[in-house]
Amino acid sequence: MRPFTYERAASVEAAVKSAAQTPNAKFIAGGTNLLDLMKLEIETPAHLIDVGRLPIAGIEDTADGGLRIGAMATNSHVAADVRVRSRYPVLTQAIVAGGSGQLRNKATTGGNLLQRTRCAYFYDTSKPCNKRQPGSGCGALEGLNRNSAIFGASHACIATHPSDMAVALTALDATVETLSPSGQARSFSILELHRLPGETPDVETHLIPGELITAIVLPPPPAGGQVYRKVRDRASYAAGLASVAVAGGNLALGSVAHKPWRAEKAEAALALGSSPVEAIAAELAEATHSSRNGFKIDLLRRLVPVAVAQANGGEA
Amino acid sequence: MSSVLDWEATPNPVKENRAGNIGKAVDRYEGPLKVTGTAPYAYEVEPPSPPAYGVMVSAEIAAGRITAIDTTAAEASPGVRLVWTHLNVPPQGPRPERYDFFTPSPRPALQSDRIYFFGQQVAIVIADTLENANAAAAKVAVTYEADAPMAIFHDHLDEGVQPPGEQDTEIGDFAAGFAAAPVTIDDVWRTPLQNHCQMEPCATTAWWDGDHLTVNTSVQMVRFAQNSLAETLMIPAKQVRLLTKYIGGGFGGKGSFYEDLVLAALASRELAQPVKIAFTRQQMMHGTVHRPATVQHVRLGATPEGRLTAMSIMTVTHCDSRGNFTEHASNFARSLYAAPNRLTGHRLVRMDLPVASAMRAPGEASGTLSLEVAMDELAEKLGIDPMELRILNEPDVDPETGKPFSIRQLVRCMREGAQMFGWGRRNLVPGQVRDGRWQIGVGMAAAIRGNMLLPAKCSFSVDAHGVITVRQGMTDIGTGTYTVLAQIAAETLGVPLGDVRVEIGDSELPPAPGSGGQFGAATAGSAALDAGMNLRKAITEIAVADSASPLFGGPSQDITFQDGVIAIANRSERLADLIRRNRPDGLTADGEIRPAADARNWSQHTYGAHFVEVGVDTVTGEVRTRRMLGVFAAGRILNWKTARSQLTGGMIWGVGSALTEGNSVDPRYGSLINQDLAGYLVPVQADIGEIDAIMLDEVDDKANPMGIKGVGELGISGAGAAVANAIYNACGVRVRDYPITPDKLLAAIMAR
Amino acid sequence: MKTTITVNGEARALDLDPRTTLLDALRETLRLTGTKKGCDHGQCGACTVLVNGTRINSCLSLAVMHDGDAVTTIEGVGQVGALAPIQQAFLTEDAFQCGYCTPGQICSALGMLAEVAANQPSQETTDLTGPIRLTDDELRERMSGNICRCSAYPQIVAAIRAVSGLPA
Repeated sequence: MRPFTYERAASVEAAVKSAAQTPNAKFIAGGTNLLDLMKLEIETPAHLIDVGRLPIAGIEDTADGGLRIGAMATNSHVAADVRVRSRYPVLTQAIVAGGSGQLRNKATTGGNLLQRTRCAYFYDTSKPCNKRQPGSGCGALEGLNRNSAIFGASHACIATHPSDMAVALTALDATVETLSPSGQARSFSILELHRLPGETPDVETHLIPGELITAIVLPPPPAGGQVYRKVRDRASYAAGLASVAVAGGNLALGSVAHKPWRAEKAEAALALGSSPVEAIAAELAEATHSSRNGFKIDLLRRLVPVAVAQANGGEA
Repeated sequence: MSSVLDWEATPNPVKENRAGNIGKAVDRYEGPLKVTGTAPYAYEVEPPSPPAYGVMVSAEIAAGRITAIDTTAAEASPGVRLVWTHLNVPPQGPRPERYDFFTPSPRPALQSDRIYFFGQQVAIVIADTLENANAAAAKVAVTYEADAPMAIFHDHLDEGVQPPGEQDTEIGDFAAGFAAAPVTIDDVWRTPLQNHCQMEPCATTAWWDGDHLTVNTSVQMVRFAQNSLAETLMIPAKQVRLLTKYIGGGFGGKGSFYEDLVLAALASRELAQPVKIAFTRQQMMHGTVHRPATVQHVRLGATPEGRLTAMSIMTVTHCDSRGNFTEHASNFARSLYAAPNRLTGHRLVRMDLPVASAMRAPGEASGTLSLEVAMDELAEKLGIDPMELRILNEPDVDPETGKPFSIRQLVRCMREGAQMFGWGRRNLVPGQVRDGRWQIGVGMAAAIRGNMLLPAKCSFSVDAHGVITVRQGMTDIGTGTYTVLAQIAAETLGVPLGDVRVEIGDSELPPAPGSGGQFGAATAGSAALDAGMNLRKAITEIAVADSASPLFGGPSQDITFQDGVIAIANRSERLADLIRRNRPDGLTADGEIRPAADARNWSQHTYGAHFVEVGVDTVTGEVRTRRMLGVFAAGRILNWKTARSQLTGGMIWGVGSALTEGNSVDPRYGSLINQDLAGYLVPVQADIGEIDAIMLDEVDDKANPMGIKGVGELGISGAGAAVANAIYNACGVRVRDYPITPDKLLAAIMAR
Repeated sequence: MKTTITVNGEARALDLDPRTTLLDALRETLRLTGTKKGCDHGQCGACTVLVNGTRINSCLSLAVMHDGDAVTTIEGVGQVGALAPIQQAFLTEDAFQCGYCTPGQICSALGMLAEVAANQPSQETTDLTGPIRLTDDELRERMSGNICRCSAYPQIVAAIRAVSGLPA
């Protein structure tokens, strides 16, 4: 790791202020992804602002029947919350499908959303990667791209977002609340949080520098069943090959794009009375693939209808 | 030299097992240290003064040269004590043309500007703290002139050459036999490059006292590493003390040693300070060794009744550009089934890839993944139960050499396993059994792995408290060496287990070859037995000559050793009392074992049968093992508990080989895609359902004086094939390109 | 940086490089080497310790982030001659071979059992609203963050089962 200075933020306001004033500063909460990347010098902050103990870790009911989840709530805490389990089971299922017990005890809600891709070419610093080193090229494009994106990729980057939790939040129409360095609070749909890679895959979100996620707000659960299904190479403790979150008529896909992928075309088709098979086919009509990840299209074509049926009370 | 017939005819305390220590499910000798975290592994040993920390820098090309290497930033980095590259590393012994697995030779580090594989170490940084060393290592700027690496194994299969000193073995006329066979199988299986992924990365703590070096490192072979290190440092071996008391997994990957050992020794000499160096997990993937990929062409010919008339496995595999290691995936087939016309052999392709070497059950682990599936396919074609097909082709003598088997209970393993597993209840038609989203299938396969005995020495001492100390330059890589040596000592000298001490993992102790090839327990244990017998003899001589002893006057041949008491008829005394009176400083005896002159007159193996039940989600291509049973015959079992653990561990490796484990080469860079444990997927707890290993009663008197054999590698042999066969039974498709991941299985299911 | 961490019940005042991970502070600064470094990237679980009773990977945490925390390592679980029941069960069931992942397995098991007692769900939990029943599948899933390359997995299940006090 490169040397850095460290401070523990006294308040949310102080944290964003420090971030605005200190060059090359980064927030650290659980640290499970940031430290992983700092050890490889993929992340090289000069200053760390520890936000992990800020009093934004609670989960509270909202007036309209939803939930506000503090950004510092750990993944384990959110997954175990009885309200989440009973009203948003897809969220609990998605969280416990990710990482390990130890990682979920440390990882926070905000940090989980901001974790970076698991693309092997991003992690191997000897390889070109436009995300890690803008302008260097994309090693995955002509490489071993089995884990790469089938939606929204660009010639600059075919990496995927690795979060399971974010896929569920995307299906649940969550809202992100933030505080910016100017002291401005804002909230926006989770669909507006992550970017597609385009020409600048190094810029992964629409957050402005120094802006801190403070909470995730869930609207009341949508009518209909929920389920999260993740397919992976081993039974646990592994990144997904593809995943799907079903929440009522909402569908989101994981490990298939630079962001959690809201399957809007499939949703529209379902709303118009199409069968789940037809609906996912409509979504996948837009999918593109590289040399080794075409199986994800077949996989989703088969998995999504099963997941929809399962959400609606069918066999697991 | 001795004969196995002498071993067979001569009784000894291990065979007699009067106190019952042999075979017993004894807890691990060093277990209390391991469960409390107080067993110091190499990087954790307390040096005599605070150490400096080393971090290595690895090559980022697969072939070519270093054209420039700028260390100024690294040298100026805080806390840095030393930076070495090929330009300034101290002189070391020259690397031989090729390495031999058993012959010590110099292994110099940072030798030239030439890069032979991605991840080759190119620099070392030593600093006052680990943090400073890590930061400085990242500042070493290396400029390369890269050659296009020869890295696509599957494009060079035709360029394979006969491995040095080997030839194909052909019995009968394979081509004619195969051509004439009414029923045939002719297919190709591919196994991938695999990484050992020992939980403890390679590491060394080194310090000097004058011109004497002490290194604590993590290696399977004590003397080999000590002598090779001495030759590398160009100092006499007696000036090198190598300690490796606790080893966090080996599996063949620590059969040799790496730059951590050499550079820690050199740097601690230079700095006159202890130095610690560990590989990072990422460096382990390229910078140590791996199991190379194979392409195996299997051809079987049979009569309609199921008699094999022709059998061939031809394996193509790869090694590094300077190597000659060969993954002998075809060898086991030479002894497994009867067939009059047989052809087996290997071709080796040298590539710009990291160094290939032995990984748990080299040969069998890869080879059974083809032949044992081919037998399943043949059985289906013939309409014969796959187990009955194997039994039909059970040979009376070794089918290749004509030698008698020392003992062969393969059929019994299969029959008893089938009974316990409920093999007869399976559905013969694939894809008929369902449990929720899972389609259920069962499969079986045979297991075979050779047995070896190597020369080894050992010493036994008894002190004035009657405590026996076993001393041997042997290793315990998790295999149970400490424990079985203690059991042999307790049984041989008739003392309680609690009165035995075991000292191993030290180059100053009597030499033993170490852990590998599942020869460890038999080799080390046989030398221990001999030392124990010699100590008994020495104790007896003292007792019958000591007028103060009730045993005075003998007769010597009637002496018994039991519960810490020596006795002749009804005259007895405590062993401790005799020693205290006669040898208050203790008494030591040496022993040794050598292979018998006639050992090779028998075909000698360990055997087993695997039965597996899997679930396949035919929507997603996911596979889960639900139930596994292995039944094994591997000679006398020294410790039921540790042997069973070795076997179930091996079986789980088979699951990994079948389902998740493999590394792919990016041909543009000659590097492996999976460079950590998030990418290279070994099985986790949730991958393994119910599992058990049963060991049949067996004694192989032709193996060694104890009639024991090894079990460390047997469990993996055939296990993956049984999983693959179960997948077929579950869903009716076969994937012959391992591992059978969801993407491959799904493609096959969709193409069905 | 000045940091005080209570380790196995004893307050330890440390002056640390901010880059020092909790794992390296334990192993190199405090010389509590029972906690192991298997991957240093949260991919194996060998470094698992309990922080304020909760299991985490100590490799993915900076020591300075733990000022005021109470850390329990394997050295605090039990000692030779005074093994904790979970340690004795690992020994009896042969739930390890090389032993390198073992301290992490044991700390993880303790944290895991506390999570079950707190009714935290896992991906094997089919009824998210009912009480957790620690089936073997639940146990295996919950221990999947601790890799054992020797693959003592069935023996680890047996050892944890032996001390869990919970029916399968």
